[in-house]
Amino acid sequence: MLKQLKKINWLSGFTLSTALVLSLPIFVVISSLFSGFGPTLTHLINTVLSDYISNSILLLIGVSFGVLLIGVPAAWLTSVCDFKGKRVFSWALLLPLAVPAYIVAYTYTGLFDFAGPVQTAFRELTGLSYGEYWFFEIRSLGGAICMLTFVLYPYVYLLARAAFLEYSTNSLEVCRTLGYSRKRAFFHLSLPMARPAIIAGLTLALMETLADFGTVQYFGVNTFTTGIYRTFYGLGDATTASQLATILLSFVGFLIILERYSRRQNRYHSNSEQRPAGALIRLSFKDSCLAWVFCFTPVFLGFILPASVLLYWSFSQAEFELQEYLQLAWNSLYLALSAAAIAVAFSVLLAYAKRIKKTRLVEGSTTVASLGYALPGTIIAVGIITPLAWLDHQVIDFAERYLGLDLGLIFSGTLFALLFAYTVRFLAVSMGAVQTGLEKIKPNIDNCARSLGESNFQVITRIHFPLMRSSLLTALLIVFVDVLKELPATLILRPFNFNTLAVHAYELASDERLIDAAPASIMIVAVGLLPVIILSRSISNARKQQAS
Amino acid sequence: MTKLNLSKIKLSLVTLALLGSVAAEASSEVNVYSARKQALIKPLLDKFESSTGITVNLITGKADALLQRLKIEGKASPADIFITVDAGRLQRAKEAGVLQPISSDVLTTNIPENLRDSDNLWFGLSQRARTIFYAKDKVDPTELTTYEDLADKKWRGKICLRSSNSIYNQSLVASMIENIGSEKTLTWATALVKNIAKPPAGGDIDQLKAVAAGVCDITISNTYYFGRLMNSDDKDDQQVVDKVGLFWPNQNDRGVHMNVSGAGLTKYAENKNNAIKLIEFMTSPESQAWYSAVNSEFPVLKSAPISKSVASWGPHKADSIALNKLGENNRAAVELMDKAGWK
Repeated sequence: MLKQLKKINWLSGFTLSTALVLSLPIFVVISSLFSGFGPTLTHLINTVLSDYISNSILLLIGVSFGVLLIGVPAAWLTSVCDFKGKRVFSWALLLPLAVPAYIVAYTYTGLFDFAGPVQTAFRELTGLSYGEYWFFEIRSLGGAICMLTFVLYPYVYLLARAAFLEYSTNSLEVCRTLGYSRKRAFFHLSLPMARPAIIAGLTLALMETLADFGTVQYFGVNTFTTGIYRTFYGLGDATTASQLATILLSFVGFLIILERYSRRQNRYHSNSEQRPAGALIRLSFKDSCLAWVFCFTPVFLGFILPASVLLYWSFSQAEFELQEYLQLAWNSLYLALSAAAIAVAFSVLLAYAKRIKKTRLVEGSTTVASLGYALPGTIIAVGIITPLAWLDHQVIDFAERYLGLDLGLIFSGTLFALLFAYTVRFLAVSMGAVQTGLEKIKPNIDNCARSLGESNFQVITRIHFPLMRSSLLTALLIVFVDVLKELPATLILRPFNFNTLAVHAYELASDERLIDAAPASIMIVAVGLLPVIILSRSISNARKQQAS
Repeated sequence: MTKLNLSKIKLSLVTLALLGSVAAEASSEVNVYSARKQALIKPLLDKFESSTGITVNLITGKADALLQRLKIEGKASPADIFITVDAGRLQRAKEAGVLQPISSDVLTTNIPENLRDSDNLWFGLSQRARTIFYAKDKVDPTELTTYEDLADKKWRGKICLRSSNSIYNQSLVASMIENIGSEKTLTWATALVKNIAKPPAGGDIDQLKAVAAGVCDITISNTYYFGRLMNSDDKDDQQVVDKVGLFWPNQNDRGVHMNVSGAGLTKYAENKNNAIKLIEFMTSPESQAWYSAVNSEFPVLKSAPISKSVASWGPHKADSIALNKLGENNRAAVELMDKAGWK
């Protein structure tokens, strides 16, 4: 008994210190509150802050509507309905996940801006000139909402679909035998049951929206995040920038609490582990066509169109050296792989600690550690470089004084800093997936196994691991894709002579060479595509296993 | 138990790093933090490498972020040279105390006095003008005079502007504050914003394309973007060049607003001699000609040849205010633009 207790204390101690280390950058950001409020904040409040806030809120509302309207019905159609092409759509709908929002923004602007081929052709055809006809202004708040929706809906789709697959089919059958109409069953049964998963997906999408800088900046939409950058860069005030970031954090904290709340209810719903898949709803020809159009549209807008434009630009006009690009792709690939492995390892650790030791302290510290997802990359980077450089200075001083050695930067100028940054930034994503997986395994399974003589370790390797396989895979792959697309932290923290695909694409694009940025962009998509396909396969495999 | 594990890990990390840093010190190197994009600096660095045998290590990024990194890294920073694409950031680096002076006859001879810091903390390496561009079919260039005139009512709804997030616009406004005072500049900016045809978005090239597409009649852009379009093989780019004209403003008074890209030696540079060599190399006639040929910039070295496209813009009078003023006024400029409603 005593031994057991000791083990648990060891675990919570380790968890706390891990969570603490991962929260360091967040604390650095929050600590800005203690350095007083300067004239910059007053200036911002008097002039532009209300604009930033209202734009951010409108953006959040717009993206919420967008991702829910696409993600939920698409998940429903591809999980409980049966129509031609459904199998393809079930994975194709995830493809936009591989395309960074800013790159989608570049391609749409290239196509639909007043100087782009579409409007130019229109003017030539009709003889009208600019201002004499109406055309959707792509560089606007509405445009930004569309771009973010196109690439972020997969989060909602992914989680909602998993939930529908799990609950819907048989409960639905029961419902139908009780005389519910299809529509009623959807709104009164499936939707409420999948609600926690949908909200979890929505939270991820909204956090990404808040952290987005590339898209809104390019479209000239001033949001809270562009305001943080402007304060940092234009006004040269890093402290006020961090204070603004803290406000952003508190908002995100609220989002997370909301998400937790919805997840809490999840426990009541999930009360059986194995269930045979019920019969699917066969759609009539007409309905199939509608379903087909509904599923094809987001895939087309979020993937096919931007990817085709990038391909066209790459092969028709851009100049690039294959050798250099292979190196870039390799850098991106191994960085993303390592970061994904590290983030998932930490998530597993923290999720287990939470499972075994349900204290407020453990709960709270893991929550703080996952706030990083919504922070703009630059702010995270500064939050990371500050403690790491401090550590470096200690080590350097020590080496100089006692060993007579002149050391360079060990932590802050190396890949270590970069991997640390990714872990902080994307912990929330992997935590979400891992936790959902772990929560599905009920404690009485553990007890059962233990009473049959399995050790704790065996319970984990022989029972938990196989059950969590698809959750772990999901976590790995989402972090992988996210790291691949990550830009601002990579830009600041990377070591000498080290570039990634995202950095390269950004450099060319920000130098106003969109077309030359295309090859790097298409390679980000290509490298990201593989895990997305694996991800969707693993989900359909999970379903097959369930069915058998 | 945990502590032991952690310290073991740290120890092994330190050992690894030791091996790494010992290996690194043996070679002759110079480390560069550059806000100038890789494509626009690497070729020059490669030339330096092959002619001197000194290895150049490069990190590119946004100037303020690199500056922040420099500050936090302090004396442990590996950087020897800090390169930016505007004088404002060089001044900011000077104020942050991360630079040290260079006393080099080569640099003081090659670079005119107003294009380098008075305390020799930073040096301009290439110049770019931010000038007025107009639609040839709609605007008679004799109607154009000064930046100030763009605030006139006659241009209502006819001007395209880039966002005030652009450092180039910030520098332009900073120079106006220096030249005509903040009160007049605020009145000017407020009126200018009323004249815009659409909300600010996109980069300089987008503004030039907007003028060519008939969205607006006039815009303000850096010259090298126009130069890039001139040197492009793309027929759409050539159409833009055909439709858009370049105008040098304020020729009867202070001259067109100029900015520099430049470099400074970091305070704790370990490869000081190599760093100075590299900065001097960048002011050599060949390097200076390269700036003009590759990116259509104006050399700082008077004797350096300029490219055909740069020469085609004709002679112009340049604003000769001390460039550190751009940095000093940058914050005031951003605040002023916020007040003027310049998004």
